Amino acid sequence: MRDSLRVFLSRPIPLVGLVIFAVIVALALLAPLLFARGPFTIVGMPLLPPGAPGLLVGSDVLGRDMAVGLAYGARISLLVGITSTLCAVGIGVLLGAVAGYYGGWLDDLLMRVTEFFQIIPSFVLLMVLVAFMQPSLSSTVIGIALITWPQVARVVRGEFLSLRGREFVQAARTLGMGDVRIIFTQVLPNALPPIIVVGSMMVGSAILTESALSFLGLGDPNLLSWGSMIGGSRSAMWVAWWTTVLPGLAIMITVLALNFIGDGLNDALNPRRRR
Amino acid sequence: MAEPLISIRDLTVALPPGADRAHAVDGVSLTINPNEILCIVGESGSGKSLTGHAVMGLLPRGVTASGGQILFEGADLLRLPLSGIRKLRGRDIAMIFQDPMAALNPVVTIGRQITEQIRAHRAISEKKEALDLAGGLLAEMGLADPKSLLKCFPHQLSGGQRQRVMIAMALSLSPRLLIADEPTTALDVTTQAQILKLIKRIQTERAMSVLFITHDFGVVADMADRVAVMRHGRVVEEGAATEVLGNPKHSYTRALIAAVPRGVSTLQPVAQDKPLLSVTDMSKKFRRGGIFSSAAAVKAVDKVSLTLNRGETLGIVGESGSGKSTLARCVIRLLDPDEGAVLFDGADIARMKPRALRPLRRRIQMVFQDPFSSLNPRQTVGEIVIAGPRAYGEDIREARARAADILRLVGLNSETMNRFPHEFSGGQRQRIGLARALMLKPDILIADEPVSALDVTVQAQVLKLLDDVRQQMNLAMLFITHDMRVAAQVCHRVMVMRHGQVVESGPTRSVFAAPSSDYTRALLAAIPGRGRLAAV
Amino acid sequence: MNRLSYIGARLVKTVLITVAVVLLSFFLVRLAPGDTATVMAGQAGFADEAFMKSLRAEYGLDQTLPVQLWKYLGAVAQGDLGISFVRRQPVLGVILERLPNTLLLNAFALLVAIAGGVVMGMMAARRPGSATDAAMTVLSMLFYAMPQFWLGMMAMLVFSVWLGWLPPFGLETMGADYTGIARLGDIAQHMILPGVTLALYFMASYARLTRTAMIEVADQDFVKTARAKGISEGQVARRHILRNALVPLITFAGLQSAILVGGSVLVENVFSWPGVGTLAYEAVTTRDNPLLLGIFIVTAVLVSLFNLVTDIAYSIADPRVELGR
Repeated sequence: MRDSLRVFLSRPIPLVGLVIFAVIVALALLAPLLFARGPFTIVGMPLLPPGAPGLLVGSDVLGRDMAVGLAYGARISLLVGITSTLCAVGIGVLLGAVAGYYGGWLDDLLMRVTEFFQIIPSFVLLMVLVAFMQPSLSSTVIGIALITWPQVARVVRGEFLSLRGREFVQAARTLGMGDVRIIFTQVLPNALPPIIVVGSMMVGSAILTESALSFLGLGDPNLLSWGSMIGGSRSAMWVAWWTTVLPGLAIMITVLALNFIGDGLNDALNPRRRR
Repeated sequence: MAEPLISIRDLTVALPPGADRAHAVDGVSLTINPNEILCIVGESGSGKSLTGHAVMGLLPRGVTASGGQILFEGADLLRLPLSGIRKLRGRDIAMIFQDPMAALNPVVTIGRQITEQIRAHRAISEKKEALDLAGGLLAEMGLADPKSLLKCFPHQLSGGQRQRVMIAMALSLSPRLLIADEPTTALDVTTQAQILKLIKRIQTERAMSVLFITHDFGVVADMADRVAVMRHGRVVEEGAATEVLGNPKHSYTRALIAAVPRGVSTLQPVAQDKPLLSVTDMSKKFRRGGIFSSAAAVKAVDKVSLTLNRGETLGIVGESGSGKSTLARCVIRLLDPDEGAVLFDGADIARMKPRALRPLRRRIQMVFQDPFSSLNPRQTVGEIVIAGPRAYGEDIREARARAADILRLVGLNSETMNRFPHEFSGGQRQRIGLARALMLKPDILIADEPVSALDVTVQAQVLKLLDDVRQQMNLAMLFITHDMRVAAQVCHRVMVMRHGQVVESGPTRSVFAAPSSDYTRALLAAIPGRGRLAAV
Repeated sequence: MNRLSYIGARLVKTVLITVAVVLLSFFLVRLAPGDTATVMAGQAGFADEAFMKSLRAEYGLDQTLPVQLWKYLGAVAQGDLGISFVRRQPVLGVILERLPNTLLLNAFALLVAIAGGVVMGMMAARRPGSATDAAMTVLSMLFYAMPQFWLGMMAMLVFSVWLGWLPPFGLETMGADYTGIARLGDIAQHMILPGVTLALYFMASYARLTRTAMIEVADQDFVKTARAKGISEGQVARRHILRNALVPLITFAGLQSAILVGGSVLVENVFSWPGVGTLAYEAVTTRDNPLLLGIFIVTAVLVSLFNLVTDIAYSIADPRVELGR
């Protein structure tokens, strides 16, 4: 593991990703201190271009400070991205591990369920879920976790299944170790790298999904997020490009940073890709 | 002597930067004469295979022939442009590979794969003509019903059939040189014998040359007119087969030949008193396929019985699919047998609940086949070796002290405890695996093909170690192998298995001297080099 | 297991998935606060007890859950997906009216994505680590990180607003009343921006997949055999490497189609493409739950049918399916 950390930190791209991500996290955490008045306060004329007095990146259709919106939007994106991934990884690891290690009917059932989720258009399902539960922060998180956990379960199940057949795990059984001890000392440490990589990539895709939901007006109506900023200024795009370009860039940079980190982790944790 | 067909002069093959050595082949000079079989023999990493690939211009990406010449009909193959060497490939020089399943394109029919080669070099416009030619070749290889074979895909054939197809393809344009890179290593021993015979027959009939690459001196004894022994990228000895085999000059050659098990048993059977372990009528079925396939269960083990005494080694010999490994895994309860009893120390462990089984588990231990997957890559050797005692609650300091002793017993020093498995060679890893098993002071050791992944000299060392340990600790050993020669060397008794059933069993000496079943006779006859390698 | 029984198994799977989708839908309805009656009453503007009761009886809401489920299954089996709250029309009819536009857009996007992706992947695989390869990696990373709807808006900003090359909205030019070839050309022009936007993300995935598959296959023994036969490099690449590398692409196309439909909802909205996606948005904004649910059922069934098609194509492309997976 220490080797992996060294490999991770020795490469420029994951490091860049890490730095950008840290900046965004800091911005999100400090937003209430930096902009105590909140994102919904109207500060001036609508659609003022970037560089207008007191407005670093301009104002939106209602005359709100875009900079404040971007900072507060980061809070929502990160919150949704991280919590929904944690939920999905938690469910996925638990079910995937049990199914992969023990096999049997539970495995059959899990495989059918994950196949089902692979085949149905999950974004449409997510729209239905959120719309029916009423759009809110928690329905967004729950919805995203519900449609993404099968991905994790699939990966974990595959890892556990293949590791279970490996000779060192069989050896552990002949040594008289119990299942719990085998799972935690033999299998999980070897299955962890792919779980970490998938998790880091999922945060990014959850952020994208959240932005799509709030773009369609399915976000929490009481919170400003990057997606709803874009959705809200669609009509203004023709005259004020910054209202849509900037929140989109914010999303892209955040997701890109996360993917850089994920790629770096993949290289660092996967000895086959270290060349 | 006639003009050589190919002369390799001072061939050097460079590995990409960052490899463990700069050159895989280092100044090799060889000649191949018309109408002869030259065997290149060596252990893994000797450069024998890359030498063969260099002749074809098929070195892997990043590996380059950095020096020397390969002369064929006055042209240097290493300096020929790709278009030039392509004309020779398949037409003048053909090649067959180790794993015929991997060497055939899985989504193209056999017929198209053969005709593709014919049509690449000869102007045959009629597809049918090429197919007829291909069919004729398949018949020549001794394959029945070539017409329908041409329409088959590779996965529908057996391993032996696939290699015959590969040979047919290689011979389709009557090349003057056939390069055979370990062509029988992936095959069962009886199939190996057939393929070797086929290659020999075709070589004589067509009076062509064969460059035969192998790790097995037994195969060399069967096939070679001349032999070149390679080690670390160099030729250490070269000469006529009778010379090299009968009177090896170089010490490495002598060691290699000495390490080949002779397939002659010298062990006295151990007195049969009250058996430590007895298996009666054990069966194990595997079900495969889903709801739509005919749910035919395969009987992997079919009513097998055996007994095992303290201090003896029982060999279970069989080809792939014989059920020998399944049997071993049922005995140690990695699999649950469907029927039958396993009596150990007065208790039937075949159907025992996991909790009741646990105290008995430590007394039956196992050494696995694959030295690379049998050790947890994320644990140190120390952690791996003391894992067993720790699971039974032994004190960590005590376990570590004992681990040092056991590691010394298997020939490793105690410093190895702080290192990780990937830092060790295959043979060393097998020693670590053995140490792990011995830490629990077992009564029975099950060894599942423990040397089949190892080079022959390392194999000899590990076999000796296993036998020493058995004697010292008075172990009973169940030794699973596909190799009759290895069985003869370490087993007091052998049991021959086929399709899940026991074909024959008895003291090794009598089974080898007077086999009672046709199958055992076939297995013995298939041992490469039998009788040709002098006893040392 | 021969090919027929393989296809049979996949057919059963498709039917089971459809049943599961309908079951899921039945329970999803119960997720929404209040039942159909309260929503209807809310939209009617009044809600006295007697009216609510008659509504509940009309919709069978006063019956037990199993009975309701049974009736629901029967209704869906006959193509009755309920009545749209807002439009007061059968949901299925409303969806089917819009469906051809969505199918057209998705088919176009899929073709562009596969064709472009395979070509790009082959180019990148030819020399791993080259400038082309690196450029491709960077591009695919960018596309993966962009919200698809935003990419569409940016494309519109550049090509319609700033450059004025392509029409930004709709299926065809309003009021132009083109007919015949002229109309087709007009639609094709309108389809370019949404279609390519939708395709770009998937093109990146296909390019990545083709690249890895080509590199992986190129290292296999049968490619060495092919070279040993003395055939040309072009033949090796086409007949042996590409043929095998394309097999996983078929399955992938099936699995990606579910994501394609999700993307199409967003892209249709950006470009006001009159398809099922814009319909879904209308359903969300007008709280037309039966319509939204109907869209889910119809798209899910279509995607699983498409997966059936790719499964059959796969069984033809890879003879090893007999071995069972």
